[in-house]
Amino acid sequence: MNELAKAKALSLTERARRAAAVAAANADDVDAAGRFPREAVDAMKAERLLGIQIPAYLGGESATTAEIAEVCCILGQACAASGMVFAMHQIKASSLVSHGEGAPWHEAYMRRIAADQLLLASATTEGGIGGNLRNSICAIEVDGDTCRLTKDATVISYATEADAILITSRARADSAPSDQVMTVFEKGQYTLEKTHHWDTLGMRGTRSDGFIFKGEAPAEQILPKPFAEIAAQSMLANSHILWSGVWFGIASDAFARAQVFVRAAARKTPGTVPPGALRLAEASNLLQLVKSNILAALQQYDAAQKDETKLSSMGFAVAMNNVKIASSQTILEIINHCLLIAGIMGYKNGTPYSLGRHLRDAHSAQLMISNDRILGNTSTMLLVNKQDTSLLG
Amino acid sequence: MTTKIRELLAKHGALPVSVETLADTADLYEAGLSSFASVQLMLALEDAFDVEFPETLLNRKSFASIAAIRDAVASLTEEPVA
Ligand SMILES: Cc1cc2nc3c(=O)[nH]c(=O)nc-3n(C[C@H](O)[C@H](O)[C@H](O)COP(=O)(O)OP(=O)(O)OC[C@H]3O[C@@H](n4cnc5c(N)ncnc54)[C@H](O)[C@@H]3O)c2cc1C
Repeated sequence: MNELAKAKALSLTERARRAAAVAAANADDVDAAGRFPREAVDAMKAERLLGIQIPAYLGGESATTAEIAEVCCILGQACAASGMVFAMHQIKASSLVSHGEGAPWHEAYMRRIAADQLLLASATTEGGIGGNLRNSICAIEVDGDTCRLTKDATVISYATEADAILITSRARADSAPSDQVMTVFEKGQYTLEKTHHWDTLGMRGTRSDGFIFKGEAPAEQILPKPFAEIAAQSMLANSHILWSGVWFGIASDAFARAQVFVRAAARKTPGTVPPGALRLAEASNLLQLVKSNILAALQQYDAAQKDETKLSSMGFAVAMNNVKIASSQTILEIINHCLLIAGIMGYKNGTPYSLGRHLRDAHSAQLMISNDRILGNTSTMLLVNKQDTSLLG
Repeated sequence: MTTKIRELLAKHGALPVSVETLADTADLYEAGLSSFASVQLMLALEDAFDVEFPETLLNRKSFASIAAIRDAVASLTEEPVA
C-alpha cells in the first residue's frame, strides 16, 4: 500500500486526531520557546493532511471546506499554532484549487503538493499597507518569461519552513494599488532577509517573522486570475471559515477543561451544583453560537460556490466578514468564562485546567486582519447592500 | 446615460487615471477602482437614476466597466440603452 492509501484507510478525523495528539504533546514547549511546531507539521505530513484539498485527479482527496474546517478545529484544540499553520496552508491551497485549474504550471504544482506534502506560506501583509490586503505597494516585474519581485513583507508565518510562498503584488509597475496578482515562488527561487522578530503574546509557534522578500521565477508561476477575484471568491471565505475553525477549537478545548473542573467539584460535593456550573452553561451557549455561525457560513459558501454571481456578491462578503468578527470576539468571552470557572488553577501554567495559552492565542483572532478594518469594509458595503431579513434565505 | 455614468465615475470613482482615457469596455478595477469608491459610485448612480440596485447586481461584474454599469442601470430603468 502506498502512503496515501495507508492514510486513507482511516477517516480524515481519525488522521487529524493522530496528528493532534502529537501537536498537543508539544504545544506548551512550542509556545514557551516560540518555535515552529515541527513535530506536529511532520505528523500532518505523515497523515497526508497537507494535500487533502487538492482534487483527486491531481493526487489529492478533494476534501471540502467543511472537512478541512473540522481538521482545523481538531488541531486547534491541541495546539492553536499548529492548527493555524494548517489553516493558513489550506487557505493558500484553496487559491490554487479554485483559480489554478487549467493552468499547466499550477496543476503540476498541485500534484506535487499532494505527492510531496509541500507546505505553503502566505505574504499579503506589506510594510505601509498592513492588513489592507486588497492593496499592494510592491509590483511584480515581468521580463520575458521571468518575473521578479521585492516585497517588504512584515509578517510571513513559518516563512523559513515553507516549501513555497504565495505572495501578492501589483500586476505591473504602472498598475493601480488594487490591481494585484498572486504568484507562487518556490523555495530556492527567493531570499528572505529578516526584518522583524516574532516574539508575541500568543500564536508564538506560527513564527510570523517579517522579511524583505526577493524572488525570481518563471512568469508562468503568476496565478492566471486577478487577485481581486481570488480574494473575493476563495480567500475571503476560506480564511474566515478556516481561521474560525481553529478559534472554535481553542474555545472548545478551554470549555472542555472548565467542564472537567466543574464536574470534579460536583463529585466532591454530592447534592449541590458547583458555583462554576452556571458560567459553564453560559459558555456552552456561546460555544454553540460560534459553532452554528461557522456551520451556517459553510452552508452559504457551499451554495455560493455553485453560483459565481453569489460568490462575488456583497451579501456574501458581508456574511463572511460577520463570521470572522463573531468568532474572533466570542471565543474571548468563552475562554474568559472558563478562566473564571477554573480560577487560579486555570490561571496557573502546567495544571490540567491551564488556560493562559488559550487566552493568549485567542487574542490574535481580532488582529488577524484587524476587526476594525473588517467592520469598516462591512459598513461601506451596507451603504448599498440591503440586509436579507428572511430566516432561511 | 453613458455620459452621466462617465460624469459620476469621474466624480466618485477616485481613479488615478482620467475617465476620458477609458473605453466603455475598459476594466475599471484594473484602472484602480477600489471597493470603497465603487460603493460611492453605486450610491451616486442610485441617486442620479432613481434606482436601487438589488442584491443580484451588487457584485464586481456589474461594475467592472462603463458598459457593464450601463447594462446594470438599464436593467432597472425603462430608458433604452443609449
Ligand atoms: C498569528 C498571525 C499570523 C499571521 N500570518 C500572516 C502571514 O502568514 N502572512 C501575512 O501576510 N500576514 C500574516 N498576518 C498578518 C495579519 O493577517 C494582518 O495583516 C496584520 O496582523 C495586520 O497588521 P496591523 O494590525 O499592524 O496592521 P493594520 O491592518 O494596518 O492595522 C493597524 C491598526 O490600525 C487600525 N486600522 C487600520 N486601518 C483601519 C481601517 N481601515 N479601519 C479601521 N481601523 C483601521 C486598526 O485598529 C488596526 O489594529 C498574521 C497575523 C497573525 C496574528
